[in-house]
Amino acid sequence: MFGFDAIELARMQFAFTVSAHITFPAFSIGLASFLAVLNGLHLLTKNEIYLQVFNYWKTIFAVVFGMGVVSGIVMSYQFGTNWPIFADKTGPILGPLLGYEVMSAFFLEAGFLGVMLFGRERVGPRLHLFATSMVALGTLMSATWILSVNSWMQTPAGYSINEVGQFVPENWFEIVFNPSFPYRLVHMVLAAFLTTALAIGAVGAWHLLKDSTNKPARLMFSMTMWMLITVAPLQILAGDEHGINTLEYQPAKIAAMEGHYETEEGGTPLIIFGFPNDETERVDYAVKIPYLGSLILTRSLTGSFAGLKEFPKEDRSPALIVFWTFRIMVAIGFGMLGLGMWGVFKRWRGSMYESRWLQKASILMGPMGFVAVLAGWVTTEVGRQPWTVYGLLRTVDSAGPLEASAVGASLLVFIVVYFTLFGAGTVYVLRLMGQNPDEGNDIHDLGPTRAAGITPGLAKNLSNEEPKK
Amino acid sequence: MIFDLAFIWAGVIAFSVLTYVILDGFDLGIGILFPFLRKKEDKDLAMNTVAPVWDGNETWLVLGGGGLYAVFPLAYGVVLTALYVPMIAMLIGLIFRGVAFEFRWRTEKGQYLWDWSFFGGSIMAAFAQGVALGALVQGIEISDRLYAGGNFDWLTPFSMLTGVAVVVGYALMGSTWLILKTTGAVRDLAYRFSWRLSFGVWLTLGLVTAITPFLNPEYFTRWFTWPTILFSVIMPILLLFASYMFYSGLKSRNDLTPFLATLVLFTLGFIGIGISFYPYIVPPTLTIWQAAAPDSSLAFIGWGALFLIPTILTYSAYSYWVFRGKVEPGEGYH
Ligand code: HDD
Ligand code: HEM
Ligand code: HEM
Repeated sequence: MFGFDAIELARMQFAFTVSAHITFPAFSIGLASFLAVLNGLHLLTKNEIYLQVFNYWKTIFAVVFGMGVVSGIVMSYQFGTNWPIFADKTGPILGPLLGYEVMSAFFLEAGFLGVMLFGRERVGPRLHLFATSMVALGTLMSATWILSVNSWMQTPAGYSINEVGQFVPENWFEIVFNPSFPYRLVHMVLAAFLTTALAIGAVGAWHLLKDSTNKPARLMFSMTMWMLITVAPLQILAGDEHGINTLEYQPAKIAAMEGHYETEEGGTPLIIFGFPNDETERVDYAVKIPYLGSLILTRSLTGSFAGLKEFPKEDRSPALIVFWTFRIMVAIGFGMLGLGMWGVFKRWRGSMYESRWLQKASILMGPMGFVAVLAGWVTTEVGRQPWTVYGLLRTVDSAGPLEASAVGASLLVFIVVYFTLFGAGTVYVLRLMGQNPDEGNDIHDLGPTRAAGITPGLAKNLSNEEPKK
Repeated sequence: MIFDLAFIWAGVIAFSVLTYVILDGFDLGIGILFPFLRKKEDKDLAMNTVAPVWDGNETWLVLGGGGLYAVFPLAYGVVLTALYVPMIAMLIGLIFRGVAFEFRWRTEKGQYLWDWSFFGGSIMAAFAQGVALGALVQGIEISDRLYAGGNFDWLTPFSMLTGVAVVVGYALMGSTWLILKTTGAVRDLAYRFSWRLSFGVWLTLGLVTAITPFLNPEYFTRWFTWPTILFSVIMPILLLFASYMFYSGLKSRNDLTPFLATLVLFTLGFIGIGISFYPYIVPPTLTIWQAAAPDSSLAFIGWGALFLIPTILTYSAYSYWVFRGKVEPGEGYH
């Protein structure tokens, strides 16, 4: 179909649906923890503002979470529909991990979600806090298991291969805690927190621009600035450690990320800019900083590491994509740190809530977490090619007897449906974010009986506002 | 050896699929009935009866799928490729109805769109599940650990029939659930729906039951030879009993019994399918043992399941308990 074969279409389908999916969890992992913290602070300090901000974000969380669930269900069936050989071979190892994810994470989220969203009045504030915390814990457990699964595909361990070619477990500890898992888990969870913080900060900034005395907006903005200055540096450290781990276990991926075709002796430069060309095996228009590549990856000025030419051509991933997505992610990471430092400076000067440029920059950075997350995943996943299980099972050997027409047609359907439905969802989320958090927010109005905004009553208010926009 | 890990796990998966059918059955059923609830307030109310629990209900489907991948990976790959089209249709349907739960409250002008999305998605998912079931009962061709048939082998008159049967059945579960959870006009409406739908259920279920034994000689011998013929005697008695409960509940307007009777009916149907299937997981060639992952995998996840599934059942029950009782119009904890 359209000149693509079934495998290529299946890959596009997987990449499309999983990219759509990860966008929602990246937000809901962070939001769930944020909501639990707000809920806890309210219980602790009895300050109503926390409940007000809680109710504001709860509605957004509900919409985002719903989209995360439905796009996730697609993922869990797609291993079978498009990758039956992969499913058969990896099932004995990855299946139980996903099974644990369902049992320990998805049910936990789903089981307490109803109470968290609609049950505050029925169960009282303490149990409500408990329910919110369980939802947050569920999202973190979910991240843990799925990243273990993904990391095992990147750095397989603790397995053997049986007579029908399946991977079978030998040591569960080694499987779950495979070499890249700790790095990936830390990096991804921090990424989710940062992504959420930026989005919350942007909403705060948006409303501060209109009225710098807006209390809930101040709270959001201030919390974001604290988050950035503490977590962004951690993320950079974590990313750096992650890279060193990758160098050890997936050297071909690092070579592609860094755009090195040659193995250089006596100090490898860092290529900051350029266009790796897999045909000519060199980097066009390269801008380099001498020795820095060695310094980052080997912690010494003259250390050397393998270039792409050390690996057979059929074992390399497309360097151009990986090189650039990696740089986008890193640039955004430093951007977050910069924003955080700017925030600290303005806070020290006592003008954080009045600084219009800081607020405009925060709004610009609002969606950047999502960009960084997607760029990071593309680096990881495309860099893993041409393998689905690194070094053991090739992508081309993972798909089944698929017909291009079926895969292509379903891909088209997914694209149309995702863009329409999730597009509408995004519009609703943006509209909710546009609502002033300090308006119509008489606590009692937003109270539990008619949970924030989801009530028909509030939906009415909302659409009364529609013509204005 | 019969009571080994693979057998136990087949039971666990059957249990989670049954739990899914029962829980998401009434919740999809509400979606199927949506256009027949004419007034906006009635729709609001109907949706509010399931809003706090639908996500948990649907998670049983994820456990069924994830469990199959973990425990019978070969079957997971084969079945999903063989049923490619209905499976994708089901997933798309679930997206349409899932997002409607939140989106519907986010707009007034566009609300009718999400009402249709809720209805369309629910009926599509239900029909696709029925079709998948029918195709599975008819059997799937396998060679060399892979599906060996074409893209449209699932499309048969029988699978269309099972598709309709599941739609009608879910609708009945939905209407008896509404009887249980509502008062006033909606409940009256639900009583009327339940009467009518019950005839549809008898008709389609009867046809399916009558045809199944003839699809595969093994099913036939299963139902008509000793000792399994015992089931052929017991099942109709239980069915009669369930339908007696059902109709007397409708007549005396006991709000709980029609729902319970419908659940019993569905459980019996499910057990019936199980009897035909055993020992296959993908008829007519792949048995539970041939498809099973190695024991070390089954044991690893088994220990977790032993502890986690009862925990899940406990807090799910708690959540239903929190939202127990009738939902009043306007109360809208949504
Ligand atoms: C780092 C986090 C992360 C990543 C990489 C993934 N997910 Fe996810 N997933 C979540 C984090 C998450 C979550 C935060 O836990 C979600 C978001 C909304 C929700 O209900 O839970 C979720 C939902 C979710 C659901 C719905 C659960 C429910 O019914 O409540 C399924 C079936 C999956 N995911 C499956 C997958 C699969 C098969 C993935 C890989 C291909 C995947 N997810 C990647
Ligand atoms: C959630 C963020 C993720 C994103 C954005 C992502 C992105 C991608 C992309 C772009 C590809 C295609 C690579 C190529 O064809 O060159 C791919 C492949 C793949 N990914 Fe991921 N991935 C993500 C997470 C995961 C996770 C968590 C899993 C496992 C559970 C996974 C399993 C796979 C598999 C099996 C393939 C192989 C199929 C293929 O190569 O196309 N991915 N992914
Ligand atoms: C300067 C800072 C950063 C560095 C040095 C860095 C480094 C890395 C490295 C080496 C990988 C692994 C690729 C692989 O080998 O598989 C990675 C992956 C990833 N990065 Fe970053 N990163 C940084 C900032 C960020 C930021 C700010 C975000 C998002 C907010 C982010 C999100 C991700 C994600 C989602 C992945 C894929 C999942 C994973 O492998 O953990 N990164 N990053």
